[in-house]
Amino acid sequence: MNTTIMLFLLQDGITNGAIYALLGLALVLVFAVTRVILIPQGEFVTFGALSYAVLATGKVPGTAWLAMAMGLVAFALDLFDARRSLRLKRVLRSLALNIVLPAAILALTYGLAGPKTPIAVNIALSLLIVAAIGLFLYRIAFQPIAHTSVLVLLIASVGCHLALQGLGLVFFGAEGLRGPALSNAALTIGPLRFTGQSLAVYGLTIAFIIALWLFFGFTLMGKALRATAVNRLGARLVGIRTTLSGQIAFLLASVIGAISGILIVPITTLYYDTGFLIGLKGFIAAIIGGLVSYPLTAVAALIVGSVEAFSSFYASNFKEVIVFTLILPVLVLRSLAAPAVEEEKD
Amino acid sequence: MHQRLPVLIFALVMAAIPFIPGVPPFWIVLLNNIGLAALVAMGLVLLTGVGGLTSFGQAAFCGFGAYTTAVLTTAYGFSPWLTLPLSLLVSGIAAVLLGIVTVRLSGHYLPLGTIAWGIGLFYLFSKLEFLGRNDGISGIPPLSIGNFKMLDPGTIYFAIWIGVLISALLTMNLLDSRTGRAIRALRRGHIAGEAFGVQTPRAKLLVFVYAAVLAGLSGWLYAHFQRAANPTPFGAHAGIEYLFIAVVGGAGYVWGAVLGAGIVVVLKEILQSYLPYIFGGQSQLETIVFGILLVVLLQLAPTGVWPWLMAHLPIKPGRKVPDTSLPLAKRERAPATAAALLQIEKARKQFGGVIAVNDVSFDVQAREIVALIGPNGAGKSTTFNLITGVLTTTGGTISVLGHKVDNAPPQEVVKLGVARTFQHVKLVPDMTVLENVAIGAHLRGSSGAVASMFRLDRADEAKLLAEAARQIERVGLGDQIDQLAGSLSLGQQRIVEIARALCVDPLLLLLDEPAAGLRHMEKQRLAALLRQLRDGGMSVLLVEHDMGFVMDLADRIVVLDFGTKIAEGTPAAIKTNPDVIKAYLGATA
Repeated sequence: MNTTIMLFLLQDGITNGAIYALLGLALVLVFAVTRVILIPQGEFVTFGALSYAVLATGKVPGTAWLAMAMGLVAFALDLFDARRSLRLKRVLRSLALNIVLPAAILALTYGLAGPKTPIAVNIALSLLIVAAIGLFLYRIAFQPIAHTSVLVLLIASVGCHLALQGLGLVFFGAEGLRGPALSNAALTIGPLRFTGQSLAVYGLTIAFIIALWLFFGFTLMGKALRATAVNRLGARLVGIRTTLSGQIAFLLASVIGAISGILIVPITTLYYDTGFLIGLKGFIAAIIGGLVSYPLTAVAALIVGSVEAFSSFYASNFKEVIVFTLILPVLVLRSLAAPAVEEEKD
Repeated sequence: MHQRLPVLIFALVMAAIPFIPGVPPFWIVLLNNIGLAALVAMGLVLLTGVGGLTSFGQAAFCGFGAYTTAVLTTAYGFSPWLTLPLSLLVSGIAAVLLGIVTVRLSGHYLPLGTIAWGIGLFYLFSKLEFLGRNDGISGIPPLSIGNFKMLDPGTIYFAIWIGVLISALLTMNLLDSRTGRAIRALRRGHIAGEAFGVQTPRAKLLVFVYAAVLAGLSGWLYAHFQRAANPTPFGAHAGIEYLFIAVVGGAGYVWGAVLGAGIVVVLKEILQSYLPYIFGGQSQLETIVFGILLVVLLQLAPTGVWPWLMAHLPIKPGRKVPDTSLPLAKRERAPATAAALLQIEKARKQFGGVIAVNDVSFDVQAREIVALIGPNGAGKSTTFNLITGVLTTTGGTISVLGHKVDNAPPQEVVKLGVARTFQHVKLVPDMTVLENVAIGAHLRGSSGAVASMFRLDRADEAKLLAEAARQIERVGLGDQIDQLAGSLSLGQQRIVEIARALCVDPLLLLLDEPAAGLRHMEKQRLAALLRQLRDGGMSVLLVEHDMGFVMDLADRIVVLDFGTKIAEGTPAAIKTNPDVIKAYLGATA
């Protein structure tokens, strides 16, 4: 192996790793706030990426309709929950969030979508759509069972993944899609060529890590979100709106997922089911980070990306096997370092 | 026999179905698929529903079973019957290797780990040359008896359903035994089980391997049913679907697995054949409906369909009353010696900068009731945890009858005859009082998992249950013996814990706030019981806040405050001790 190949592989690994880091961060975020292990994170990635790719062709993606439909369900659930104290203010607020918002997004998408729409508008629209889906997903699937065990939440999460992935097939078809690059700028250092795209990936990842760290470490809202995860009842007793915490977490996660998708869809062709695998690799990083630490997750993600790049060069057949078995030594170390702690379940 | 009767009827019905004229062959194929899925789901019932360990990776174990027989029969010409034990063995060994790595993990790491290795193994199956890569292996010979080859679905049907029925019976036998109780206690955490000698990691590994072997059996049958094996049915989505089946049927119930498999397989078939008509020719639409149904089901009926069905049945299964005359060997008691039963020397426990127990020394002699009192946070429960091995000491020594136990695991401490109750009741709420108490006698039985599965443990088991029933009678809960522990009042649950501790046949009984939640009369009855135990040769060390109760009962009192022993003496001396009064009332009165 010469140094050039090694540098190329490393560069490739770091670009992939940065994406995994973003997803890993989102997973840690959601878990830390809601205790949900967010398997459908991968669907946020594909929905973001493929909505963007469809918008770039001038068409309206089906996801805009999905957001609308989920909004309707969320509104119905809100009304059902509040059926004993149906106050106008409450209904109006729910109406604004669950009906008006997705309707506006849908209208905006229809109004703006076209073959000549600027890239920035398409990105904004995709982000809006996926953000709304993330928000409603929490309301519909997780809010009613937010108090249950991690396990029940995990199984629900798997259910969401199945449903969303199936919908992805309906909206985007079985063919893969690619989106236009964000910028055509490029930079050459020695043998390596950095595209504007990959620089954007690095920049955004670093920005998100710092932003999340600042948000959770130093703001009242961030601390409130963490408090919700530790003890929902306690958080509610001191006046934290736990539902809001969950919604914010899902909103952030879906936006992060969609951004990751938009960042990679110009580099590789994405299929409706690609997100699952990408999300799972973010997962491995998150697990290595113990589902709590942002910097550790980011470092782990870079390692996962690099291992993937090197194994695809040396043993391309076993790339996935190697990446997914990477988790086993980590789990062994964890089980040796921290033997099971007593948990009260049910 | 009345528990077996429904199983027998079910077996006869299943045996008759293929002979009913006019049954479409397609139904038989569906029933075969149901049987195959039920086998895997049954393993998950034990693993997830009963043992509390969630696995998304069971499909991979089916893969081990299927590929083992596929390779051996096609490439090496083995007979399919010869590969059956080998398939089960390979699945089992894979489970042992993965289990050693994963089952020690607590909480959500296990399901995550199973997703990861489930996918890893799927890719391994689809990349290995000798497994035929993505195409898999075809031309697997059918099962045959003599010259009779099980070629069509209607004949292998019998092999599949005999497998299901035998597995169900073995699983039910296993759950209704000494080992079964240890498994059923896993879900509620490991501390209570370990305090009575259950080797929790071993029990977890056991269910993990058991579930994998059932999956391996399903894979072996699948390979000879389809006569081919390829990676697709052993991937991540199949693993998720098996868990779905277990949850739909009722994750805690053996027959829930069969019911769940029936519901899911039939539903999937209907969705696959009708959804394309409704929505146009798209494939995979059933996954959307599946996912949504899973989420809805968790919100509406998290325990599954089987328990719901059972609750609506007019007939309740009866239960055998244990024969309390069966004796259980008693612990050998050393003749009264001068040595203390429990000797604590400068025991110390630090949590970071907090000293929870600060060089505490005291002892408990034979036939003595000692009370450990002190304000909240004085370190009483921590001292209990140090004695029973739940926590390790930072310094000092603790010995029971001269054996040092300060860093011994709980399972070793209980062997020396130290039994305990917990401040926060640790019973299994969905087990009966009798079953909960019988966990206390865990170390006094010896039958293992295999013996239980084949009902070779009955003599041993009857003695354990007899002992449990005697102790329940002794503490005065004879009327509640068949009720679920979770349905009793908190005070009664504490008494159940005492009965469980008595099942150890202990020399020393550690009671953590036994009188909390009891009414006056109940407290008096408890005090009488404890005196009777002492006069029978047992020692008692108790933590209690009810001063009237303590002062009446205890022979000696040790007072802790902020982790330090501030006084020790007879009740009369303690009542007037100025340090004690200061600790409790904040001033020298």
